[in-house]
Amino acid sequence: MATVMSLVNRRILSSAMGQKYVAYSSAAKAGVRAGQALPEKVKIVEVGPRDGLQNEKTIVPTETKIHLIDMLSATGLPVIEATSFVSPKWVPQMADQVEVMKGIGRKPGVSYPVLTPNLKGFQAALKAGASEVAIFGAASELFSKKNINCSVEESLQRFEVIMKAAKEAGVPVRGYVSCVLGCPYEGKVAPEKVAHVAKRLYSMGCYEISLGDTIGVGTPGSMIEMLEAVSKEVPVNALAVHCHDTYGQALANILIALQMGISVVDSSVAGLGGCPYAQGASGNVATEDVVYMLHGLGIQTGVDLSKLMDAGAYICRTLNRKTSSKVAQANCKL
Amino acid sequence: MGNVPTTVKHCLSYEQLIQDYPWLKRWLQEEKTITGHEYPDFVKIVEVGPRDGLQNEKEIVPTGVKIQLIDMLSGTGLPVIEATSFVSSKWVPQMADHSDVLRGIQRAPHVRYPVLTPNMQGFKDAVAAGATEVAVFGSASETFSKKNINCSIDESMLRFEEVINTAKEQQIPVRGYVSCALGCPHEGHIEPSKVSEVAKKLYAMGCYEISLGDTIGVGTPGSMLKMLQSVMEEVPAHALAVHCHDTYGQALPNILTALQMGVCVVDSAVAGLGGCPYAQGSSGNVSTEDVLYMLHGMGIETGVNLAKVIEAGDFICNALRRETNSKVAQATGRTL
Repeated sequence: MATVMSLVNRRILSSAMGQKYVAYSSAAKAGVRAGQALPEKVKIVEVGPRDGLQNEKTIVPTETKIHLIDMLSATGLPVIEATSFVSPKWVPQMADQVEVMKGIGRKPGVSYPVLTPNLKGFQAALKAGASEVAIFGAASELFSKKNINCSVEESLQRFEVIMKAAKEAGVPVRGYVSCVLGCPYEGKVAPEKVAHVAKRLYSMGCYEISLGDTIGVGTPGSMIEMLEAVSKEVPVNALAVHCHDTYGQALANILIALQMGISVVDSSVAGLGGCPYAQGASGNVATEDVVYMLHGLGIQTGVDLSKLMDAGAYICRTLNRKTSSKVAQANCKL
Repeated sequence: MGNVPTTVKHCLSYEQLIQDYPWLKRWLQEEKTITGHEYPDFVKIVEVGPRDGLQNEKEIVPTGVKIQLIDMLSGTGLPVIEATSFVSSKWVPQMADHSDVLRGIQRAPHVRYPVLTPNMQGFKDAVAAGATEVAVFGSASETFSKKNINCSIDESMLRFEEVINTAKEQQIPVRGYVSCALGCPHEGHIEPSKVSEVAKKLYAMGCYEISLGDTIGVGTPGSMLKMLQSVMEEVPAHALAVHCHDTYGQALPNILTALQMGVCVVDSAVAGLGGCPYAQGSSGNVSTEDVLYMLHGMGIETGVNLAKVIEAGDFICNALRRETNSKVAQATGRTL
């Protein structure tokens, strides 16, 4: 009954949305629609060294992290999320944040954002040489409370403090919204809630908002619904998608996002990082698989796929695990 | 679904609710809120696990297990289940028990059980064993045709013509497959015009449906779009199906593209059975579970019960002593 009530409420809220099914037309028109308005270029934000490794059980030595980032820097990736200035008490994998930041070779033209959950983390990041940071909000109250121990509103207020400091320091800030297509505690998440949080982060001054399907439950259906709501509040060229492949839906979701005008995609080399909410399941979508799809669509990324696969092979050897990238799996035997 | 977090069940159970109470969707007028693209109302899933899937598994599966798998699949709502292949057991030992399988399964009403028949001999054996629908397998690549079935594309078409004509006389529908539609392990790139040529021939000969197969999974939405645009000039969309392999992880976006083009029949294999003989250790067929999850999430009806397919997938993976290739099954805690 609760489901029915929420469906009814959604219906009232989204009366503009209910487009009736129209009989589909000839192949030529359908072809145009299927390939419509794809971006010429897509910026890939590589989150393997941070989001990926953060969700791997094995603690990775600092030198390995540095070597991975250096290998990724040589692939043509424009953005590589290097580490997280979160307390090592909470995330032991990121305890060597300062050494990593200081140890990597920074390729000109490549950005190395780091996560900064609070002002303290921001200040430490700046001191370690960070020139871009990221903040992490949630579209779900329960997730916010369980993950960062405060409500969504409280977290946004914390971020305002960071934004002020970042503006003064001339440091760009990227905003993340997690649980955009579902929450491990709340279940379905209202697109309007996602739009609200995205709007707040954008108005505060985040140059880009990455919308994360944290548990990978989204499908092209829920992705479109959510993007429609968010793009009413934030211009589409300031949006990115961060899809998890836990239910195998990531590439389909990314394709839909591209068709909606999104041209920034987060992914993780070798699909590093499992899902803490579905034991044994995968998490981040593999950068190799994303690049394969984009190149097949004639979309430029600037990324060298074979160098990327080398980086993936390296980190998997070190972690003693199999790659989660299907492209890597298919190629290694050739 | 034992250890699925209740909140995820909530996401999945919405689909279940709609399945159990179809009037609910109409009452709420929730149909097709996916703006900007038009999708079919209903997609027919052709389950190829017991044939294409098992055929590419190394372990020889006992007849009893094959029959039990098909019977479990028959209880899921799947409208078409490819049961076996009447190919010579010399070439495909896994399918040596074809007659026993076809005779042993319990045929659910409203479910079709096509079988592969590469030639007249196979067709006769299939009919003798009770087949009521058959399939023939052409290729868009000359080299693949020669290496796979030992003859050129034109020669294979002559063979199929014989099968199709005989089938027509006996009122047995024939489904046509075109393999290597998006690339060939030997020739590499395949021209879309070649795919449409073969598809057109099969359709003109009398196949009621043409399944376009990305045999080595190299296709992407880019090549899928171009190929379908070409084929749709010769064969109407309603007579087309896509058979995508997930070897490069591209199957679901490729299927999505096909749906946007008006295709409404999708081949898939429970648990993603069947590896790729051309990329050792890699996956082959896309998993039925993952396809269903996507379709249901888009509000597209299939008539299939996802939870029951997951159960059938569990069963066969246990029997094969292998892990599932389905991400949905993995996420819902169904691994060994």
